[in-house]
Amino acid sequence: MKEISSPLNKDDVLKLKAGDIVYVTGEILTARDKAHIRILEFLQEGKELPFELNCRIIYHCGPLMKKEGEWVAVSAGPTTSARMNASTKKILEKIDCIGIIGKGGMDEEVVRALNGKGIYLAYTGGAGALAAKAIKRVRGVHWEDLGMAEAVWVLEVEKFGPCIVGIDAHGNSLYSEISKRVEENFKNIISKI
Amino acid sequence: MEYDDVKSTIVELFRKAETELGEDVIKAIKKAYEIEENEIAKNQLKTILDNIDAAKKLKVPICQDTGLPIVFVELGRELCLDFDLKKAIIEGVKLATKEIPLRPNAVDPLTRENPGNNVGLHVPQINIDFVEGDKLKLTVMPKGAGSENTSALKMMLPSQVNEIPKFVVEVVKNAFGKPCPPIFVGVGIGSTFDGSAKLAKKALLRDVTVMDEYELRMLEAINDLGIGPMGLGGKTTALAVLVEKGYCHTASLPVAVNIQCWANRRASKVLG
Repeated sequence: MKEISSPLNKDDVLKLKAGDIVYVTGEILTARDKAHIRILEFLQEGKELPFELNCRIIYHCGPLMKKEGEWVAVSAGPTTSARMNASTKKILEKIDCIGIIGKGGMDEEVVRALNGKGIYLAYTGGAGALAAKAIKRVRGVHWEDLGMAEAVWVLEVEKFGPCIVGIDAHGNSLYSEISKRVEENFKNIISKI
Repeated sequence: MEYDDVKSTIVELFRKAETELGEDVIKAIKKAYEIEENEIAKNQLKTILDNIDAAKKLKVPICQDTGLPIVFVELGRELCLDFDLKKAIIEGVKLATKEIPLRPNAVDPLTRENPGNNVGLHVPQINIDFVEGDKLKLTVMPKGAGSENTSALKMMLPSQVNEIPKFVVEVVKNAFGKPCPPIFVGVGIGSTFDGSAKLAKKALLRDVTVMDEYELRMLEAINDLGIGPMGLGGKTTALAVLVEKGYCHTASLPVAVNIQCWANRRASKVLG
């Protein structure tokens, strides 16, 4: 079992291999469909983002939050990463080092875009209660106008995991390997049923 | 029975469905954990089971996607109601959203505007059925989008009856890791275009540990795909295949596949 901290140290990121089990400590930023589109708009127009993205971890998550004086994460598991395939590829062109936490994996173009730059960590989908337990503090929120699920929440996490390195920074993707096997299995299965 | 009984029951049922899974669902997940040998697959199932425990203990929603509210009503035909049943359900959903709390998920499909209370045009989705007796049975089913998005419907040809399992397996293959496997697969066969989808959804309300030979055969085929928990590989891609049939036109064969994540959340109560 391995641990990584955020802000990320690029050397640590490059050492991780697809299939490793890791726990994350430090700062993570939630972002899903709408936040990705807005990040991209900012980057393409050369506008400064209200948060640092380089060497940070983006968490594909639309959390359920509650305000008890301060904001508290009630349930905060990952959302389906594939929806962010296209925007992620473009964002990565402008970023030097990044970590992504999500579920379900990302496509081949993202695998290539992550090469030498970053990793994709799979956190168990639906495990919202457990994820919220690892969130120690909500440091802030950006773009609240996008709504609770789509805003960018800055979260402080401690031993967030277990996360599986689904895609490493060397072009290896567990999803690509499994997907190939599944396609082969499918051909055999349909010839039988 | 009064307006407030229905309203408070809706809140109670959403709270239960969101924080605790049914025994049949937990039994199916535990069985998968026993079957898996692959380290990563076992790790995913262990996290799922730990999360179920944490949600129950902390009384918080199992998943942050608290779903789109769906309500099934079985109305006893001898029952007289002197209040607005639909309004009681709608107000119950608003209150549940605030009190539990639920994530506000319901938006306008085009403007994507979010009223913030999980209520809007045709939401909550309310399905009313008439049954014998003088009772009112309420069932809630908060449905997450990750799994709903991978569902599919096909108007097959009457000559393609034998190809139904192939279509079902193909839908699951295309869904891959996106719907949070291990999944439950609701299949609606027959009826009309819309009717088959409704049957597929209703199938997900059944006891997931009871399957017939036809369903088990499809389950085995799906699990031979090797997608595994969260698409990270393994023997358990699905925990159950549940089929509901309805008569259809002699010239048609609608088949709907409604995918449900491992968190098959539903809760029922009988009033009256």
